[in-house]
Amino acid sequence: MVIKGRVWKFGDDVDTDAIIPARYLNTSDPAELAKHVMEDADKDFPGKVRPGDIIVAGKNFGCGSSREHAPLAIKASGINTVVAKSFARIFFRNSFNIGLPIFECPELFENIPEGSVIEIDTGNGTIRAAGKTYNASPIPPFMRELVEAGGLVEWTKKKLASRK
Amino acid sequence: MMTITEKIFAGHLAEGTGKEVHPGQLVNARVDFVLANDITAPIAISEFKRIGASGVFDRERVTFVPDHFAPQKDIKAAEQCKMLREFSRGYDLKYYFEVGRMGVEHALLPEEGLVLPGDLIIGADSHTCTYGGLGAFATGVGSTDVASAMATGELWFKVPESMKFVYHGKKLQKWVGGKDLILHTIGDIGVDGALYRAMEFEGEVIRALPMHARLTMCNMAIEAGGKSGIIVPDDITMQYVKNRAKREFKFHTSDPGAAYAEVKEYDASKIPPTVSCPSLPSNTKPAAELSNISIDQVVIGSCTNGRIEDLREAAHILKGRKVNPNLRLLVIPATQRIYLEAMKEGLFEIFVEAEAVVSTPTCGPCLGGHMGILAKGERALATTNRNFVGRMGHPESEVYLASPAVAAASAVLGRIGVPDELGL
Repeated sequence: MVIKGRVWKFGDDVDTDAIIPARYLNTSDPAELAKHVMEDADKDFPGKVRPGDIIVAGKNFGCGSSREHAPLAIKASGINTVVAKSFARIFFRNSFNIGLPIFECPELFENIPEGSVIEIDTGNGTIRAAGKTYNASPIPPFMRELVEAGGLVEWTKKKLASRK
Repeated sequence: MMTITEKIFAGHLAEGTGKEVHPGQLVNARVDFVLANDITAPIAISEFKRIGASGVFDRERVTFVPDHFAPQKDIKAAEQCKMLREFSRGYDLKYYFEVGRMGVEHALLPEEGLVLPGDLIIGADSHTCTYGGLGAFATGVGSTDVASAMATGELWFKVPESMKFVYHGKKLQKWVGGKDLILHTIGDIGVDGALYRAMEFEGEVIRALPMHARLTMCNMAIEAGGKSGIIVPDDITMQYVKNRAKREFKFHTSDPGAAYAEVKEYDASKIPPTVSCPSLPSNTKPAAELSNISIDQVVIGSCTNGRIEDLREAAHILKGRKVNPNLRLLVIPATQRIYLEAMKEGLFEIFVEAEAVVSTPTCGPCLGGHMGILAKGERALATTNRNFVGRMGHPESEVYLASPAVAAASAVLGRIGVPDELGL
């Protein structure tokens, strides 16, 4: 699958309190969460983001709390993927578990301006931006299996069915 | 040749238990204990129902702790807590900790003997890594992970590389404890300095460190990006768990020839009382260099530093003194048991005489939930674990992190300071 979208840039160490502040965690409704996505990093972001957009970030994106509300808010706002120099590990596994594929690519961040349009081949991690090609770390086979199954819930259903 | 972390994984493989495992390997592993709180459990419950399992894998090994927005702070929080209560009853979970019996989860579960040495534990809370202080592999995961593990008793993991931290030194400086050691370490390696790795703490300082300080250190492994923190169990561990354990447990050690991705060594006798400045835990400075920072609120509590020893340390400093009129001090014992113990020991009298607030157990202000939220421009010093932008309230408020000793002294001084300044 190829994802194509407009880029929003964020820096290093964006924490999950910035992605979805705890003051909104008295609900887990994705549509409600999306109204506040990235609010403490950029208070105008929820009004600017459009379905199909892509976040490109620095190192350690999603650090801090384990709240799955963070990738849920991102996904529900219509953002199709996040490309970062690196991800904090709980955010990384949460994203794949809910069926949001994300990509580690250390080179992309410095080389593209905000607002540019990029294309990602989710199969091999190839990114095309401003006439150049970048290679994100390919998704490990097991995690691709998770995304292809539609997330960990669907994968677990299959596993339970195979035990019977 | 394996590290303690690798041995725990080798002993928990869903297929082929006992085989050697290697860092980087993706494995399915059996879990010994699964937990979630009132923020993360609602999603876990709805995902568990979507999976369609007939029940949880073991009713004695799954628990929910309503501690974040509990006692229920508003209607939505009450609805979330209600989901936990109804699920726990409906699936006949043996352990459920209602308000009045609950505590901050990572103080509560070790105290109850429900998380034990040698265990493989997951929790939908990033500070689940606390239990590494007992010699367990414990890591924070997401709600869907918890749902899947509740249904199957297993979960997928990447076996982490281990990173060793050795603390040398005969004696720590006065007022220096586990919090200062871990803040100093995070300051040294950064908030992603141990990304994806197991942080193994050792050395003569660690061997002498009491359990509450070990739990404090492992609690903050996540703030360096760590997948887990762990300390090889010993006599101190045995003393802590022997009368609490509700199941059998196992002590593991690291083999002398085990491989580490990196080794960091510290002369711990040189580490001073340390403070993390806004807005990352890695932004550390010696407390003594921050005496020009005035503060509006001090919080002593949380899964990091809300244990009885922490309260005793604070009370020792506050005894016969008053909280500075320019600030508010909130003391939050982490569990009901700690609350009762502090009351019996007369610590509450000291806090109230000092004009501090004593709260029922809750995570409350640590994550900007309730019980002490900051206004725009306000500044807090807290014994908690995160000082991200907006963590304790308004996005333009600030949080500094420190030990209970620095927190108590600062509450009296009205600015960041050390107990020595009070003649202690």
